[in-house]
Amino acid sequence: MLPDDPLANVLHIDLTGKAYWMEKRQDLFEACIGGAGVAIRLLNEECPAGCDALGRENPIILAIGPLTGLFPLASKTVAMFKSPHTGNLGESHCGGRSATAIRMAGCGAIVIKGASHFPIYLAIHDGKVYFRDASSLWGMESSFTVGRIIRENEPGAGIRTIMRIGRGGEQLVSYACVTAESYRHFGRLGLGAVFGSKKLKGVVISGRRSLPVSNKKEYRHLYEEVYRKAVESLVMRKYHDLGTAENVLVLNSMGGLPTRNLQEARFEEAAGISGEAFAEQFLGRRLACSHCPVACIHIAALREPYEDESYFYKTSMISYDYEPIYALGSMLGISDARGFLKLMDEVEKLGIDAISTGVILAWATEAMKRGIVSASEASGVKLNWGDHHGYMDAARLIVEQPNEFYRALARGVEYASSTYGGEDYALALGANEMPGYHTGPAAHAGVLIGARHSHLDNAGYSIDQKDTGARRPGAEELARNLLEEERWRQILSSLVVCFFARGIYGPETVSKALRLAGLDLATEDLRRIGKDIHRDKCRFKTREGFSLRELRIPRRILETETPLGQCSESAMREVLEHAERIIEKEEAEAH
Amino acid sequence: MRLAIADSERCVGCQSCMFACSRRQGEAGLAASCIGVRSIGGMERGFTVVVCRACDNPPCVAVCPTDALKRRKGRGIALDAARCIGCGHCRDACILGAVFWDDEINKPMICVHCGYCVQFCPHGVLEFVKRGTIGNATG
Ligand code: SF4
Ligand code: SF4
Repeated sequence: MLPDDPLANVLHIDLTGKAYWMEKRQDLFEACIGGAGVAIRLLNEECPAGCDALGRENPIILAIGPLTGLFPLASKTVAMFKSPHTGNLGESHCGGRSATAIRMAGCGAIVIKGASHFPIYLAIHDGKVYFRDASSLWGMESSFTVGRIIRENEPGAGIRTIMRIGRGGEQLVSYACVTAESYRHFGRLGLGAVFGSKKLKGVVISGRRSLPVSNKKEYRHLYEEVYRKAVESLVMRKYHDLGTAENVLVLNSMGGLPTRNLQEARFEEAAGISGEAFAEQFLGRRLACSHCPVACIHIAALREPYEDESYFYKTSMISYDYEPIYALGSMLGISDARGFLKLMDEVEKLGIDAISTGVILAWATEAMKRGIVSASEASGVKLNWGDHHGYMDAARLIVEQPNEFYRALARGVEYASSTYGGEDYALALGANEMPGYHTGPAAHAGVLIGARHSHLDNAGYSIDQKDTGARRPGAEELARNLLEEERWRQILSSLVVCFFARGIYGPETVSKALRLAGLDLATEDLRRIGKDIHRDKCRFKTREGFSLRELRIPRRILETETPLGQCSESAMREVLEHAERIIEKEEAEAH
Repeated sequence: MRLAIADSERCVGCQSCMFACSRRQGEAGLAASCIGVRSIGGMERGFTVVVCRACDNPPCVAVCPTDALKRRKGRGIALDAARCIGCGHCRDACILGAVFWDDEINKPMICVHCGYCVQFCPHGVLEFVKRGTIGNATG
């Protein structure tokens, strides 16, 4: 890499001793690029085997990549940690201004260790770390307010990121998120709870600097090429127009939209919460992550009257995307867009992951209807499909945890169902609540195999959607395809390129762009590194006790028809076995 | 010709213009950028674009004690770096906040109204117009 590239700096922060230091780690970035690749190495170095995910020894790793600040759309920060939700690999990605701010602050990765004994937030400006007392922010009701106060207290307007947790993180809800710039998240797998366990309320980061490139002329040239593609190409159109919410009607019409805890895969009232409906009635503003011309972030403006005084209104700005619409909408039978937006806003204020929250509430609703949970256990809250009021109350109680039942819900559906029963319809895959794609076997197998149990790991849903029935891939082929995609995505998430831009960043373009950042990697090298990173993740998972063989497949997933028919358990298990064999074989070869 | 803000309500905060300005000067990153975009108290309320508006009687020029700043013919302000002592009066005098600062050499950076950034604003916020056209100061 280029000798003066600040990317090689790893900023270590010790919350216990309130100390920090920079360490040059060129070796890491040269071997595994950045982002996910660097983060998994650092996690393996810093996270002791078998550690308590909410203990002080669990590190938080944030990493960005060499293209951040140089090229459009290299806009994600990868977080790695041990997940308090699954007890295994925690990895989540967040956009906003986070990646550019870290790059401009003069480092490529941040390692946060230890725990403070009083609430603090970190201010990182130009590579210097300030430990700020956050006692007056702790316990604050809305994470929006927390953001506003930090904003008013810190420099760097326009070039900073403000990451913070809500009450959910403070209360150690195992799927609490970290929110950046009000609308972007390290959503999944509970980074918010890890922050909370360290009494870390937030992290603000800013800086302004120039970055080296190996050839200025070529740099400008390639930049323009990538930029034009991003702006013009059809690939990006979907994210421009309706945003990811476009998927609601698409999935519904094919019969792949999980509805009422996946009792059905079609929602008769989907039109009410469709991307089209939101665009027509509520779309109030579009936003972009830093260095992204696409601006896929859609914000709804919800105007509500105050009940106690006429001619008084408040307007809330609430972001919407496909995944939260599925989880807090169709999954709960909510078709009233206003109801969905209010619930979404509540979940944002609390700072808990929208997907997990929706899936857990869906399970709780069914559990109550089937009588395995009583009304008194639910503290009198009535959960009924379509009724957002009950769900808003329940979300607050999940955070407050007044009793055993809500304490169980605060640990996820896997745990709650292991205590109360109802596993058959507890929709977690790899202990992580399922994403919104009931498109066929590849979607679910993909999430099970995926290292972070996310639909984005290997996009199995897209394999299903391409399936015309003409030639269905066999179990081994499917396993191979999923793993191959997942490995390539390790490269994208090491460059920290937004997955929406994967069509723009093909292997050749990546290789050219990296050369300008001083990394000479041919396309074969990229494939090899992708494999290495994936192997490192699998190693971590195995070390922490993960086994593909032992994964639970909820019956509901098998029972409810997908557009490709019912999924069979044996066929899914066969895919998992093949995946395991491929991973083991390659592990053996690597030795 | 000069740079003008057509409609800051359309700004999505992507910072493409800021990166463009740096690139125009042969730099990657943000340090060299003479244009800034920041939220109006939270992104939900939108953005303001901060850049030199090529004033007719520029206060920055008026306060410079060494005559390092001159109005350029047709567009913006020119800095004579050899005269500049880095006192920062120009920065204080610009109530738009459009005099940016180069910390490395301790001198101001002001937009030269080249129009390069306009090509990289994907949402029609910026425009390159004839001098004399009335535009928003900062958006
Ligand atoms: S007009 Fe030129 S100098 Fe002014 S902000 Fe745009 S790119 Fe920078
Ligand atoms: S390029 Fe345009 S939309 Fe993007 S930040 Fe600049 S002015 Fe706003």
